[in-house]
Amino acid sequence: MQAIITATVLVGAIGLLMGLLLITVDKKFKVEVDEKELAVREYLPGNNCGACGYAGCDAMASAIVHEEAPVNGCPVGGAAVAEKIAHIMGVDAEETEKMVAFVKCSGDCENAAARAHYVGITDCASAVASGLSPWTCDYGCIGFGTCASVCPFDAISVHNGVASVDRDKCRACGKCVAACPKHLIEILPDKSKYAVRCSNRDRGIAVKKVCSAGCIACKLCEKQCESDAVHVENNVSHIDYAKCVSCGKCAEKCPVKVIKQRA
Amino acid sequence: MNTSLILIIITTALVNNVVLSQFLGICSFLGVSKQIKASASLGAAVIFVITISSAVANLLYTFLLEPLHLDYLNTIVFILVIATLVQMVEMFLKKTSPAIYKALGIYLPLITTNCAVLGVALTNVQDGYGFVESVVAGFGTAVGYTIAIILLAGIRERIDESSVPAPFRGAPVVLLSAALMAIAFMGFGSLAL
Repeated sequence: MQAIITATVLVGAIGLLMGLLLITVDKKFKVEVDEKELAVREYLPGNNCGACGYAGCDAMASAIVHEEAPVNGCPVGGAAVAEKIAHIMGVDAEETEKMVAFVKCSGDCENAAARAHYVGITDCASAVASGLSPWTCDYGCIGFGTCASVCPFDAISVHNGVASVDRDKCRACGKCVAACPKHLIEILPDKSKYAVRCSNRDRGIAVKKVCSAGCIACKLCEKQCESDAVHVENNVSHIDYAKCVSCGKCAEKCPVKVIKQRA
Repeated sequence: MNTSLILIIITTALVNNVVLSQFLGICSFLGVSKQIKASASLGAAVIFVITISSAVANLLYTFLLEPLHLDYLNTIVFILVIATLVQMVEMFLKKTSPAIYKALGIYLPLITTNCAVLGVALTNVQDGYGFVESVVAGFGTAVGYTIAIILLAGIRERIDESSVPAPFRGAPVVLLSAALMAIAFMGFGSLAL
């Protein structure tokens, strides 16, 4: 009995002492932290997952307050958290540009030429690994919906052999971008009206053979663009959304209509 | 005296390497060994924490637990004190030298109650080390940890660039490398000390 009491008292006393010590040290060595930082930290999820690219939520809060990170930089918290943080930071949440994922392929069952009937694991990565894509185009959407299965917001669906993104549901978390074995998905500003729906880097003749809707790299769009936003690189047209004014001239001239107005 | 201290350092750092022959602190050893830079920072933090904690643990044992015949309480008391100590050091560093805090910052709380830290404190008691010997043993152990984790990080950086057979990719190849390192470190056991 004696032993139990001594042990309990000793451990209890040490615990209490250490607690008090921590409190005093904390008070004495208090580092002034920006109140905004604390407030921002309060709204962040706090599971220190590091998905934002910073070393935990504290670092992220500090980066947001110092305007190194965007207020909607937390992919876990999503729009709800972004709004609250935007409120603290005095920025209008609307000002933060909504981004959406976009699948750069229009090779659906009508446009793209089929290679063979695929029998196997219906997963894009497996199909790519086996080298047995159902389509002759080496760059296009496989259509097994690996992107749709990783999407946490149920925003991606596969129609007619090509994945498409529901702009209202998409939160631009980037999971699909990482999952697509063909690297077809790009995150672009929601307000942009036009997008190139092809990623084929082969030359025009080769593209024509495998898909009737592919970009043939004719550069007509590049010549039409008045704001220097459209360029053909690696045999595929690409729009720079920082410069694009959504005038639609490129889409008008495109002979294969691969630059389309987005629904 | 001096030769025995050198002996302690060699024994703790190489022969009885904390990770590779005692298998303590494996979690951080495997967790933070992806890049040499990060593992060197962690190693520095470990050296810092283990050296201080083995000093404090020794004082605590000799002046409190032993006189009261409560040495069976050493584990729980050490955990309490070491956790507090690391927290305090962290606060102290945050205030006084933000540069060091930034370099060690995220690693300090990680190793607060790492089993290697506690293991050293308990082994020192077991081996009946005095104050100076405890500190030196702690330092040596931490240096051993740092050597091991930096070596593994170097190996992993090279593994990343080589083609590993699919079933071995990721954790298995890392565990295999660690196992091979452990076998290699057994060679130090034949040092005639």
